[in-house]
Amino acid sequence: MIEIKNIEKSFGGVKILKGISTVFETGKTNLIIGQSGSGKTVLLKSLLGIHTPESGKICFDGRVYSELEQDEKRELRTEIGMVFQGSALFDSMTVAENVGFPLRMFTNDNSAKIQERVDQVLKRVDLVDAHNKLPSQISGGMQKRVAIARAIVNRPKYLFCDEPNSGLDPNTAILIDNLIKEITEEYDITTVINTHDMNSVMEIGENILFLKDGLKAWQGTKEEIFKTDNQDVVDFVYSSNLFRKVREAYLKE
Amino acid sequence: MLQAVFNKQTKWSVMKKLIFKEIDDLIISSLGIVAFISFFVGGVVAIQTALNLTNPLIPKYLIGFATRQSVILEFAPTFISVIMAGKMGSFITSSIGTMRVTEQIDALEVMGVNSLNYLVFPKIIALLLYPFLIGIAMFLGVLGGWMAGVYGGFTSSAEFINGAQADFIPFHIAYAFIKTLIFAMLLATIPSFHGYYMKGGALEVGKASTVAFVWTSVSIILFNYILTQLLLGS
Repeated sequence: MIEIKNIEKSFGGVKILKGISTVFETGKTNLIIGQSGSGKTVLLKSLLGIHTPESGKICFDGRVYSELEQDEKRELRTEIGMVFQGSALFDSMTVAENVGFPLRMFTNDNSAKIQERVDQVLKRVDLVDAHNKLPSQISGGMQKRVAIARAIVNRPKYLFCDEPNSGLDPNTAILIDNLIKEITEEYDITTVINTHDMNSVMEIGENILFLKDGLKAWQGTKEEIFKTDNQDVVDFVYSSNLFRKVREAYLKE
Repeated sequence: MLQAVFNKQTKWSVMKKLIFKEIDDLIISSLGIVAFISFFVGGVVAIQTALNLTNPLIPKYLIGFATRQSVILEFAPTFISVIMAGKMGSFITSSIGTMRVTEQIDALEVMGVNSLNYLVFPKIIALLLYPFLIGIAMFLGVLGGWMAGVYGGFTSSAEFINGAQADFIPFHIAYAFIKTLIFAMLLATIPSFHGYYMKGGALEVGKASTVAFVWTSVSIILFNYILTQLLLGS
């Protein structure tokens, strides 16, 4: 579980996060949604320790990040898996080397054991024939799956995904969403996903945090998002005709 | 930055491979261009010296002497380092800068890897072999001078070799290698700094490479002046 208490963050005198408090639960897919500039990425990067909030606390299962020693912070980071928007695969390494990277860095496992685990996770993300390919030789969807494999290879407690299905076709996007949801349940991890994609919200949104102008404007489940009368959420989520009709149909049932 | 480079070392089994990769990328891959430039510039120095020795009272062995002095004292350590600021420097800045732009450095940090140590430390260690490259440049520069002088009909082999051995001061070799080691550190750190701390996209990677080349070259020239004054001036 990740608990955020009243965090604030500014850049160049402009306050981006204005005191956000929430809880991201274990075993659930927690989604952060909101318009561009609402503070989603800054919130995610604050959770990852890339940005340091000016005030407030971030607790990882009771461990307050800002109160940890440098070594403890690095130790905690080894419990984190991250899927970047652009996948952020190391382009000089093959798929198998990318996936095995956290194991080579942080475990004393021998090559055979690392290879076995790499095979296992690549099979889990349905990529059995890509071991020796370079990231530039595979499609965007495959790169995302490699990024997911790399993020889970070390059996993390926390999984963060920054727009995991941006730039993907609708079919592949749904596959990636479902893969993340299945992995969250299978590994019983705390997953936080930053997304713009309303399909993702409807598919896998078990705990949805809606940000507006650096503040928490709404929080609920994908079922509750159909019924909400919060005008900001309605304007954002149901901005397309398709989703408005889906909502109307849902409410009629 | 330098403090972070030496803090929280990456596992030796991983670091060892990175160092060998950097030796290949930075040192081995530069052998060809260094050999080519050294050989022909050495030849040009010999020809220019020969063409300017118009007074028949000046002995021909000065061609070998001037070639040796020019190549060992300045051409090999300084001129080659300025060229390497372009070749190695732009490679280092653009490779680290691209990793920054594509969030690969963020990925390292999020995993708990000290990215500065992972990326910069192997380059510093690899460039400890840079004097080996400059040693080759010295040898090929003088060899190029000998070939141009002898086969161009400017001097005889015996005269050139006599000149190349005349008034030899061993400390000049030490001076050249001390400079080379300092330049190696500049070549590893300045481009890394510009790549690591760059912001923006592909265009900024190109700009960072250019800025890194300019600053590395300027630093090499400045340090060359200071070191020459310190080591030979007194």
